[in-house]
Amino acid sequence: MAEISTRAEPRAKPQSADGLATFAVWSAVFIVMAIFVWIIGDLIWHGIGNLSWSFLVESSKNAGRAGGIGPIIISTLLILGVCLGVALPLGVGTAMLLAEFTSAENFFSRLVRRSLDVLAGVPSIVFGLFGNAFFCIYLGMGFSILSGGLTLACMVLPILIRSTEEGFRSTPEAYRLGAAALGMTRIKTFLHLLLPAATPGLVVGLVLGIGRALAETAALIFTSGYVDRLPTSVFDSGRSLSVHIYDLSMNVSGGEPNAYATALVLVGLLLIINWTASWITERWLHRRLTTS
Amino acid sequence: MSPSRVDQIFVWLLRGLAALAGSVLVLIVMFLIIESIPALQHVGFARFFTDSSWHPAAKAAEGFYNLVPMLAGTLFAMAGSVLLATPLGILSALFCHYYAPPIIARQYRRVIELLAGIPSVVYGFWGLVVLVPLLRHIEPSGLSLLAGIIILTIMILPTVALMADAAMANVPQHYLQGAAALGLSRWAILRGVVFPASKAGLFTGVILATGRAIGETMAILMVCGNIVQTPKNLFEPIRTLTANIALEMAYALGDHRTALFFSGVLLMAMIIALVGLAEHLVKGKIYG
Repeated sequence: MAEISTRAEPRAKPQSADGLATFAVWSAVFIVMAIFVWIIGDLIWHGIGNLSWSFLVESSKNAGRAGGIGPIIISTLLILGVCLGVALPLGVGTAMLLAEFTSAENFFSRLVRRSLDVLAGVPSIVFGLFGNAFFCIYLGMGFSILSGGLTLACMVLPILIRSTEEGFRSTPEAYRLGAAALGMTRIKTFLHLLLPAATPGLVVGLVLGIGRALAETAALIFTSGYVDRLPTSVFDSGRSLSVHIYDLSMNVSGGEPNAYATALVLVGLLLIINWTASWITERWLHRRLTTS
Repeated sequence: MSPSRVDQIFVWLLRGLAALAGSVLVLIVMFLIIESIPALQHVGFARFFTDSSWHPAAKAAEGFYNLVPMLAGTLFAMAGSVLLATPLGILSALFCHYYAPPIIARQYRRVIELLAGIPSVVYGFWGLVVLVPLLRHIEPSGLSLLAGIIILTIMILPTVALMADAAMANVPQHYLQGAAALGLSRWAILRGVVFPASKAGLFTGVILATGRAIGETMAILMVCGNIVQTPKNLFEPIRTLTANIALEMAYALGDHRTALFFSGVLLMAMIIALVGLAEHLVKGKIYG
């Protein structure tokens, strides 16, 4: 039970404290809104002029100062593909076990959960160090899209698992009881009942994971590398959109206009992803409320 | 095969996957430690804190390995941004629950979520092209601890705000109704009822935000100037531990490389301590 202060504290001017709090709240909101508008407005204002279809498909020229971001988008998608290809089965399996097949007090599941909690807090640069030492050097993958994608897979696992687990936990208990009464095996119950019912949770996790992976820079610089050519396979080095922005703004003088446009593309992608996630969650909640 | 046999295999498969997912952290910690052991052998633990400067070399005897200025940079940037983001974040959450009409609160929450989703490299870019030139008017160069603190504040504010928001949503309605029935003013209700009841959640949010502030790399690298020194004031450039790794990994060899892994171990230790603290705070204090 949370403690509730029952002390009657005499205060000189209760009215003015109330007014001060209201003022503080509104100023904080004003500051946050101003920053938000400033950042997004600045990106759109400077970025929209350079944005065109050819910018999205052309390859970059003159270290990115001219040309487009075609190969970089391809690299980004490949990195994302590797990341999800590994993280998805691993994440869904783990979430399934945690939600359906072990009790919350089980030693093994508590260990896994604890490990994932810490993993969620690991700084991205540490993932970069690990990815470089493990995937690039120890497993001999070098600077490649494969190394980058695998490093990102480690990174998005906690988000993916947490949200998928939520999805499984919110499936009605009656599904399991009914399936058990019909003598269905657990694997069939899983495939035909629980997995479809938990899909929205899975999708939200997926979308959040994609968001995190797209936004990542620090973990990729030393794993997937800097090369801005079109990759021929996942064993090639490839540059993600975020690394491109970093490189243009820090290492290439005169790269600013294209950095703005790339940043706008990246933020636009993330906004779409964000909206998709909240749309799915809302629809899902709505459906659950109306059918139950 | 009997159905139960298939089930057993299935569960063991899931256990295998879970074990793999759980072992990622072990693998990370293991590799950090293995890679930093040479640094500890050749350079030694003490020299990371007592050497005269940070001028690393591939051979331990030829270099200097003082991490203290970078540690100071990380701590100053973290402290500054947490001090700024905590009040802003908590006030934001108060706004959503007790000040704004529901429609505005929903839109505002969405804005906060969007802020949380903007990549750090974009914050860094904005800081570099907008904020730093502004600060240049006050003090030459503009690349400074202050720029880092401002950018970090914007980045960790959503974490504090969203966690505080969730914590306040869990405050039982009848607490508020009771307080209102006593004729308390809005601020008195917030201070006397809402804050104590959501204390655990507020602290957790601040701790998570602290973790993000320590771990942030790209944004802070882009706006802080990256000069290795212990800052004497807000306008001096700094380099954080994370930025140091990102800047030097590309060409680090031998003991220099292992020294960078050792700074990764330091970062990891801070994060694990913070997660432990957060768990300790939440345990058994969920508004029961």
